[in-house]
Amino acid sequence: MIDLKNVAFGYGGALLFSRVDLELAPGSFHFLTGPSGAGKTTLLKLCYGALHATEGQVTAFGMAFDAQSRDATAKARRRIGVVHQECSFLDHLTVAENVALPLTVTGRQDLLGNLEDVLRWVGLARQSGQLPPQLSGGERQRAALARAVISGPEVILADEPTGNVDWEMSVQVLRLLADLNAAGKTVLFATHDLALIRHAKGLVQARVLRLNRGKLQQAGADL
Amino acid sequence: MGGGFLALLRGDVQAERAIPKRGFTAQLTTVVAGVLSFLAVFVLALSLSASRIAKDWASDLGGATTVQLPADRADDIESVLQLLRNTPGVTEARALTADEEQALLAPWLGANMPVDLLPVPKLIDVTTDETFDAAAVAGQLAVVGATLNDHDGWREPLAEVASRLRTLGWATVALITLALLGLVTLAARLSLTSNTQTIGVLRLVGATDTYIAHAFMRRLMLRAATGAAIGTVIGFLVMRRIATIDSAPEFNVAMPFDGWQALWLVLIPVLSGGAALLATQFAAHRTLREIP
Ligand SMILES: Nc1ncnc2c1ncn2[C@@H]1O[C@H](COP(=O)(O)OP(=O)(O)O)[C@@H](O)[C@H]1O
Ligand SMILES: [Mg+2]
Repeated sequence: MIDLKNVAFGYGGALLFSRVDLELAPGSFHFLTGPSGAGKTTLLKLCYGALHATEGQVTAFGMAFDAQSRDATAKARRRIGVVHQECSFLDHLTVAENVALPLTVTGRQDLLGNLEDVLRWVGLARQSGQLPPQLSGGERQRAALARAVISGPEVILADEPTGNVDWEMSVQVLRLLADLNAAGKTVLFATHDLALIRHAKGLVQARVLRLNRGKLQQAGADL
Repeated sequence: MGGGFLALLRGDVQAERAIPKRGFTAQLTTVVAGVLSFLAVFVLALSLSASRIAKDWASDLGGATTVQLPADRADDIESVLQLLRNTPGVTEARALTADEEQALLAPWLGANMPVDLLPVPKLIDVTTDETFDAAAVAGQLAVVGATLNDHDGWREPLAEVASRLRTLGWATVALITLALLGLVTLAARLSLTSNTQTIGVLRLVGATDTYIAHAFMRRLMLRAATGAAIGTVIGFLVMRRIATIDSAPEFNVAMPFDGWQALWLVLIPVLSGGAALLATQFAAHRTLREIP
């Protein structure tokens, strides 16, 4: 689905990481760990074409991002559901409208029938008419997840979706992502929460990757 | 552009909803478009009036000349007529009848004044073509004490002034259009750069640059067109008030925006909206490339 080949990236100055190889096979589940500032968010942004690799090549669905037109990148992004670390929303639109945004933006109003189901799935049916600033941290994370999956993307990239929520909520979000993987979606889950990764044992079959000191390595055995 | 011009005009109301409404830039666009249109109405009025005057005067040029013979030389009228008829470029020379002279003098002397008894000069209407050499004829006429009133002499520079005013007017309309384009480009840029978070969210969910641009375009276009419509109406009302001189209605002939020219008043808001659309599209695609 998404392939990184010999990728290096730096924000202008020194390289943040280099010689990164990663293949997200269809239906796979990867955890991405590493200390804060290691470059997890950066790596995810490379995966959906928001950043371009300094060296090497990132391909999504067989097309290299840096060889693509801007429109083609936008279209590739429709096949990737992203849960952003900051969970930004359009604050003047309701939660339901925000969750439906991937459909309205791409003119797939026919899928709007899924909206209620998706909101119920993340437990936000009651909050659907509220504005995003009225949501709690955990509710925001789940709204972001709902928005990421509403259009039925093949790949889910989740950046610390349990970053600022309590343990119960973290487990709930993990379960939602495990559900998606069970339904055949490819998932990349960035988190520094090792306890959560241990908890995932039995829930999903996953590979754990660790980004540290500029290198991406496999951490321990697969779950 | 994918959607085509009509799609642009229709805009995407769904997309537009994605952009939060912010007061200041919006109102500024409306107000400035209004002010520019207000000015455009005046400049257009000037141009259209000048056009009409220049055309009227230019078409009257040539043809109408009057020769005036002092009352005490009235007996020479036949020889003057003879002289004129033999002059190259004169197509017709005709002495005004007593009745015609009386009609000309009536406003000053009253209708019943017996013109015959007064030492009024004799007038000869001369019709000429372009080969007529006014200066040479004036010299010959001076010998018998007659004078040549060449209307072209003062009309020509006035017609020239009117034609220059018209040119100046159109140049000013062009400059006003340029100013509007500049304003809308700036407004679009400002609007985009102050909405980077919104743009980030739209990109994240797969919006193309065209979609994002459209979201901004319709609103700016409507604002520019609304401002222009208000400015045009106010400009027209104010201009009517100024151009209408109640005590001397004969001057109102220069009133512009009669008949077909009224179309200009409709065109100002329409063209402003169109200009806004093009400027926003241009600015949006450039700016979106700069926002990562
Ligand atoms: N836009 C940016 N410009 C410059 N440096 C950045 C930018 N974004 C992140 N960084 C830096 O890159 C490093 C990695 O950041 P990030 O990918 O967010 O790490 P992580 O998600 O693992 O915490 C950090 O040192 C951060 O300060
Ligand atoms: Mg991060």
